[in-house]
Amino acid sequence: MFIKRRKPWDLPESEVTDYKVYKNRRQFLNTAISVGLASALPSVGLAKPVDELKVFETLKKSQYSTEEEKTTFEAITTYNNFYEFGTSKEAPSLYATEFPDESEPWRVEIDGECESPGVFEYDDLVRPFTMEERIYRMRCVEGWSMVIPWIGFPLGELLKQAKPNSKAKYVEFTTLYDPEQMPGQRREVLDWPYVEGLRIDEAMNPLTILSVGLYGKELLGQNGAPIRLVVPWKYGFKSIKSIVRIRFVEKMPYTAWVKANSSEYGFYSNVNPNVDHPRWSQRKERRIGEFLKRDTLMFNGYGDYVAELYSGMDLKRYF
Amino acid sequence: MLLNSIQAWTSSVISNKDPNSLIRTSHLKVVLFLVCLYPFFFMLWGFFSHQLGANPIDTVTRLSGLWALRFLLITLCVTPLRWLTGLNQLVRFRRMLGLFAFFYATVHMLLYLGLDQFFDWSEIWRDIVKRPFITVGFINFVALLPLVVTSTNKMVKRLGGRRWKKLHRLTYFVAAAACVHFLMLVKADIREPVIYIFILSGLLGVRLLHAGRQKQLNRQ
Repeated sequence: MFIKRRKPWDLPESEVTDYKVYKNRRQFLNTAISVGLASALPSVGLAKPVDELKVFETLKKSQYSTEEEKTTFEAITTYNNFYEFGTSKEAPSLYATEFPDESEPWRVEIDGECESPGVFEYDDLVRPFTMEERIYRMRCVEGWSMVIPWIGFPLGELLKQAKPNSKAKYVEFTTLYDPEQMPGQRREVLDWPYVEGLRIDEAMNPLTILSVGLYGKELLGQNGAPIRLVVPWKYGFKSIKSIVRIRFVEKMPYTAWVKANSSEYGFYSNVNPNVDHPRWSQRKERRIGEFLKRDTLMFNGYGDYVAELYSGMDLKRYF
Repeated sequence: MLLNSIQAWTSSVISNKDPNSLIRTSHLKVVLFLVCLYPFFFMLWGFFSHQLGANPIDTVTRLSGLWALRFLLITLCVTPLRWLTGLNQLVRFRRMLGLFAFFYATVHMLLYLGLDQFFDWSEIWRDIVKRPFITVGFINFVALLPLVVTSTNKMVKRLGGRRWKKLHRLTYFVAAAACVHFLMLVKADIREPVIYIFILSGLLGVRLLHAGRQKQLNRQ
């Protein structure tokens, strides 16, 4: 007898949006954007069908996963901030359809203050690690949030392999710079390439992962394929996408949003309902798919694991 | 020459007074009214048929604000268009356009009060006082009120044309402040608000030019 055992990430057929409906919605959004925002959109190529994505067969469960209801796959893959593909929420899903270009292997350089630097092809980089499912809350600095079933492995495990030396106080991450593939980079919205950073103890925290997939499948371009950072207790922009470089450094990295506006975005950017963004309150958030707003939690609810990293620090000053 | 003939033609085709005219202004007003409502129904339909993306509340809030600004600018187009074409009938549509700006501004504000803050008045007050871009938005809405109240024929008569005109110059301020409000809320990409600022500068610039020319003519 054939018994189909549902994996936790398997969507029941009833929840899957019919492709035609999906396509229509995309079209509707296109009109919404052009009617609403007056930006002429060039025609868009067809997305890689979701069922062609690589599936992760075996996944370790994690004690760090939340039990909360997951945000839909559709919302996670169509409502994105990824300025490399444009500044609207829809732009990444519209323009990252061919990303990353698969004719060349993705490479990640690991260098700086460490004993074993190197350039790694994606497959070699991830092969040694057991893939885990981590269902995390994600809180955007703009005041909305999601619950995302990431697939990945602890960043710390990779960092240890590179053997950082005693000067490695911080870790700096860099996104790919390629205006050919990333049309948003043709405009100077941010100082490209996107740079993010963590203190070394933050990077080594078991909550911090490098993610390569979500909902059981490999990442789509708009979610930061093929490999991205996920730091669930910090605002979403800290979780840098499509990483090409990881560097151990002695000085605090000068990150993209700090460069853009240091009075509004700090290096730490821990989720903190008590420290407002200068232009809006951070006390509440709208969980995507929900009507009422909910209260934002200190460290996005991960205080038990990370609060000690900041003991004695004035979080209003080091926001 | 060409302008004159267009003028003659349109006034014979579109008129409320001439019983022989093909289209009456009142008919055109009905058509315009429906056109102006289109964005509203687009938002309503999109919202209730779940077609506005993952964060529909945010989308309708933005769209309603955007349309309020657009209707302000469209309203400010009427007078320059009149100068340009000599079509004085255009002024008959101006009030409706202005009131639609107010309509969309009201929708925008209600969405903020209701769906963003859930009528939590203490939080709303804190927002107005503390967040400059909300402050500007709020002042803007309040500044629209005297314009709406004095929009009836009766009020125009009561105030007298000159005073009414003076009061309604407030529209320039509201349009400028609306642009500032938009500019203040974007994170990094200022292209869109800058486009609107550009259009507004054009509309105000034309008025300055016109005023200058009028002065010169009067001197002669």
